[in-house]
Amino acid sequence: MKTPTLPPTTTLLRDARTWLLQGRLPITTAIALLLATLFANLVVADNFLTAFNIRSIFANVIPLAAVAVGQTVIVLGRGIDLSIGVIATLSSVVTVSVVEPWGLPAALLAGLATGAACGLVNGLLVAIVRLQPIVATFATSFVWAGLALYVLPPGTAAAPRMPDVIVLGYRDTLLGIPNAAWLLLLIGLSWLVLKRTRLLRHVYAVGGDEQAAFATGVRVARVQVLTYVIGGAYAAIGSFAMLANSGSADALAGGGLTLASIAALVIGGTRLSGGAGGAGGTIIGVLVLQLLTSLLVALRPPTDVRQLIDGLLVILALALAGLWSGRRRGR
Amino acid sequence: MNLATLRDRAQLAEPRDLLRNPVVLSLLVLLALFAAGNLVAPGFASYGSFVNTLRIAAFLGVIAAGQTIVILGGGEGIDLSVGKIATFSTVVVAQVSQGEDERLLVAIAAAFAYCGLIGLANGIGVAYLRIPPLVMTLGMVGVVTGIIRVYSGGQPEGRAPAVLSQVVNGTALGGVRGSVWIWLVVAVCTIWLLRRTTFGRRVYALGANREAAFLSGINVQRNLVLLYVASSLYAALGGIMLLGFAGAASINLADQYQLISIAAVVIGGTTLAGGIGGYLGTAVGAVVLQTMRNLLIVLDIPAAGRQVVNGVILIVLLSLYGRQRRLRQ
Repeated sequence: MKTPTLPPTTTLLRDARTWLLQGRLPITTAIALLLATLFANLVVADNFLTAFNIRSIFANVIPLAAVAVGQTVIVLGRGIDLSIGVIATLSSVVTVSVVEPWGLPAALLAGLATGAACGLVNGLLVAIVRLQPIVATFATSFVWAGLALYVLPPGTAAAPRMPDVIVLGYRDTLLGIPNAAWLLLLIGLSWLVLKRTRLLRHVYAVGGDEQAAFATGVRVARVQVLTYVIGGAYAAIGSFAMLANSGSADALAGGGLTLASIAALVIGGTRLSGGAGGAGGTIIGVLVLQLLTSLLVALRPPTDVRQLIDGLLVILALALAGLWSGRRRGR
Repeated sequence: MNLATLRDRAQLAEPRDLLRNPVVLSLLVLLALFAAGNLVAPGFASYGSFVNTLRIAAFLGVIAAGQTIVILGGGEGIDLSVGKIATFSTVVVAQVSQGEDERLLVAIAAAFAYCGLIGLANGIGVAYLRIPPLVMTLGMVGVVTGIIRVYSGGQPEGRAPAVLSQVVNGTALGGVRGSVWIWLVVAVCTIWLLRRTTFGRRVYALGANREAAFLSGINVQRNLVLLYVASSLYAALGGIMLLGFAGAASINLADQYQLISIAAVVIGGTTLAGGIGGYLGTAVGAVVLQTMRNLLIVLDIPAAGRQVVNGVILIVLLSLYGRQRRLRQ
């Protein structure tokens, strides 16, 4: 979409902005935000660099990081998944329900299969039935939420728990580095591997120009379905982190991850209309969101104002990232 | 004459094309839902039940009117903050009026003013700062949540003034409640606004082809801002009506309308790409969604099953008209 020329008063401003951002990578804003929030945390919070604090920051960041990477793959292919947080919920209740009878590996596999299957349904609805992604995945989110309630009704007396190995291991360290940080590294590496595949090249092609991709022989529908399957699988990985972090599952948790994942990928410089960006930026975006939260905890503002400051900071981060993607989309 | 009007007439002129008209299609779905409900629970399709459905659908209908306008304006336009803005409006009216009738008008004015400012911020973000609408309005949800918290201290005080409750819940002509009459007025005004005013034509022009709209002398950015202000004003009105119905405000009273308002728009045949559609379809879409909800209550299945059925029916409804064109086929 082309945007009309701006009135002359703003031309100067635009030129200045163009000059400032010329030739930079889309994740420049994200990295700048990361450094800024990191610095602010170092200044404000005396206990920021303690081992405990760093461990818990990484532990809290993994569920959103995994879900947001999945969302990024979907958005790159010109889709969006408003049910991805609920997929994580469904996958977590499935995993925790079967971990006792089936053992851990089988349970994790079941959770992964659940996430991928949900993604498959979303993908088929979007790519084959050709429903508009926003409303189609909003509709399926009811289905997943209902299934989650069915699998693990809330308020069950003896709610199943994850084995202690997982729960304790999640907060442990290896070679002086928190296990959760290793996990984040793994998620990042999995993206780097994924990015080198032909599938992902096709995803970028579809996101950039659906018609052109179709014309050059990319099987657009198949590619789009697969992005949702991958997204669902990442959501399942996020759900394992949720389980490891809290020990048990809640059929009503996880819904908030959806919108946070979109915020994270936008901060990370991925274009919402698809075809540009990547999960590296998204992971930085997730860290920015988490650091903003911990900054707020450290600042200890009056409880009433806290949510407002949080909202304003997030919208500021989104606006800074949005200015970038807006410039790229225009002209 | 307006393009949309021309198209409507052209479609209505050809009887065999009638089924392609989203409004007709939604009405047929509505009839089917009532028929199905009547099989399960005799009396579901009675006049009283229908009027009662309208009474509740009115809130969604009013809030979705603003959503329709934003979506029609195109450019990936969408307003995810309508639910939270409506909630804020209930909180403002309840707190400013403190339940007293004589302060109702001041309270309503305050709600419109505050919510209008939020819409203005949305519009400026989208039009001038070029933040994608989905992101801007999503971020605004967080900000408005914070504003509600600050404004109410987490525990909204006050309640709906008696007059407001009477107007919204009172029965007028033919057993029809006040909220339905308000909705009828809003619907007529909205359809008039979209089809007969310069603003309405500009909305369609922006949605159909923004470049062409600019070249024909429309101030694109200013009109974009107006779309979001309009959307938040509709949300404020929906919130005021909802307060009259519920009696007291809470910090999440209208949050559920965030996404369901988009579903109403799409079921009503307005495309998310913008430029095509209208409010009549959205209004029918709102009634369809409310009827579906009632049907699920009548069916009396446990919460888990109800959610699943809700989602499945929503998918079926969307696939009737919310489908995009296939690639080159």
